[in-house]
Amino acid sequence: MAHFTKANSVYEWLDQRLALTKLWKVLAAEYWVPKNINFLWAMGVVLMTMFTILVISGIFLLMYYKPDTKLAFDSVNYTIMQEVWYGWLWRHMHAVAASVVFLVIYIHMLTGIYYASYKRGREMIWISGMLLFVTFSAEAFSGYMLPWGQMSYWAAQVITNLFGGIPFIGDDLVIWIRGNFYVSDPTLTRFFMLHVFLMPIIIMMLIGFHFYSLRIPHVNNQEGEEIDFDAEAEKYKAGLKKESKVIPFWPVFISKDLFVLGVFMIFYFYLVFYHYDFAMDPINFDPANPMKTPPHIYPEWYFLWSYEVLRGFFFNVGPLSAMDMGLIAFGIANIIFFFLPWFDKNDEVAPAAKRGGFFIWFWLLVADMIVLTIWGKLPPTGFNAYIGYVAAVGFLALFAALPAVTARKKGLLSLVILVTLALYIAGYLEYTKALGNGIVIIALFAIFYLLFFLNPVFVKNRGGAQ
Amino acid sequence: MSMAQSRRDFLGMVFGGFAAAGGLAALYAMKRTWDPLPSVMAAGFTTVDLSPMKEGELRTVTWRGKPIFILKKPPEENCNHLPDETKKRLVKIGDSEYLVMIGLCTHLGCIPTWEPEKKIFHCACHGGEYDACGVNTFGPPPRPMDIPPFKIEGTKLVLGEEGPEYKKLVGKA
Repeated sequence: MAHFTKANSVYEWLDQRLALTKLWKVLAAEYWVPKNINFLWAMGVVLMTMFTILVISGIFLLMYYKPDTKLAFDSVNYTIMQEVWYGWLWRHMHAVAASVVFLVIYIHMLTGIYYASYKRGREMIWISGMLLFVTFSAEAFSGYMLPWGQMSYWAAQVITNLFGGIPFIGDDLVIWIRGNFYVSDPTLTRFFMLHVFLMPIIIMMLIGFHFYSLRIPHVNNQEGEEIDFDAEAEKYKAGLKKESKVIPFWPVFISKDLFVLGVFMIFYFYLVFYHYDFAMDPINFDPANPMKTPPHIYPEWYFLWSYEVLRGFFFNVGPLSAMDMGLIAFGIANIIFFFLPWFDKNDEVAPAAKRGGFFIWFWLLVADMIVLTIWGKLPPTGFNAYIGYVAAVGFLALFAALPAVTARKKGLLSLVILVTLALYIAGYLEYTKALGNGIVIIALFAIFYLLFFLNPVFVKNRGGAQ
Repeated sequence: MSMAQSRRDFLGMVFGGFAAAGGLAALYAMKRTWDPLPSVMAAGFTTVDLSPMKEGELRTVTWRGKPIFILKKPPEENCNHLPDETKKRLVKIGDSEYLVMIGLCTHLGCIPTWEPEKKIFHCACHGGEYDACGVNTFGPPPRPMDIPPFKIEGTKLVLGEEGPEYKKLVGKA
């Protein structure tokens, strides 16, 4: 047994047993963050706060919610909204936080992409962050089902049906996931369990892992400068605070974080009290009815871009049906960001503005995702179907082009652009019914997917300025 | 020394094998727990009497929580425009021909609406269209609307059981 001496205070007594001083140093007081960062680096703390709000408001909703198809709708819309004191507050806080948490996640992700914070030793930060994106998506989807309104029901119907696209086991898998031939009581109770227990636990573990993955490579900075954290920390501790390039997380960095958080919370509570309706679709105030599809089904805004990739393909290509192609593209869209560190063939860590073609690539990606989001909400009829196709193919084309852009291979880049344009023209002819399921389109898609999958493997790394 | 080492390896393998067997058993139990319950499986039959139906009328009945479209076809609309192999989508019950199919869009499972004046089924979710014989004509649906397993008993249709007419229709006989 370790040697213990008599403690002079409660803190000292605890410190002897739990090493509080050392723990605090490691986690906060001597956790070093670069000085040269802007408000975009505060998104992590904003996300952490939003997740905490979701957990706390969720606990209060959980006390009155009833996971039963006969009771769920009224327990939310009558009991919680009209009877429970401040029940409306928890519900609006929960719904609005669930929506804005995705806004902040997207800002957080795009910041990482813009400043190249996903490569040269920071790959695990990126991957754990993407795992969080996926688990948050599952959490949002399972939570959206719980009020058991029309949109809850039909979103569940459509999303669980997606698994039917998996070859051979698809149909049985859909029934297994639902626990019935259709979305019904067993489906609601199992997704309730996922939403209030399993997914939150996994998310908490992933958040811990995400923080841990930062420790060795450290936080990136605005210029992508490589900092000797130990040397800079020594300077700071020696009193050379001005010369040092780093600051401790506590109390220096956190004060900046808390300011950004404060501004964000004003925005958040403004939405909660005055514009909660944007997170509350009117169709979801009709109780779920398996016998009546709402005229137009769409997911919440944060899923619209991938939803539009799913339905962007409106014609068959040889043996591949429009639905299969949509499913393949949707599958790719959902995992492609994981591979960003390997699609980017440039080692250089610098903001996009200093990475040549990548700057254009970044803003094209943002623009394409905005187009996908807007058209994801519009009915896919008439010319909208073609725009959806252009944006969906464009999304995949951007990733197919990324290795060529970052390795500065102009020939390869021209090839990707030419094939993409040819696909646009072929799609337009298909839209106007001027072209049958021609061999040309099949060949074009074959080349396209070949470029997509083989590009990152064959294009050599281009070392950046060391 | 090498004796001790191999004994330790053996113990490790026994322990690993035991743990793996237990893990597999647990996974199987978990998989089964998520399977549809026997009561859910047993409630999978629906019987409909078709004799009161009028020509051109579309009836929607529920089977396994899914809408089933039953369309009594007027004689002049016998789906002759279809190539031979899909022509057989009509079922003869009594003296009339019926179209019996699962009323879910084969794209992602929304319920298409029957537009009698245009004689099409239109799916509002993703803009898919089907003709009056349930064959996809536009948009993302990959195939015609599915035919549910059925059996004919006089003028009654039993959904959920595979009768000889069903087997003929889907080419199983």
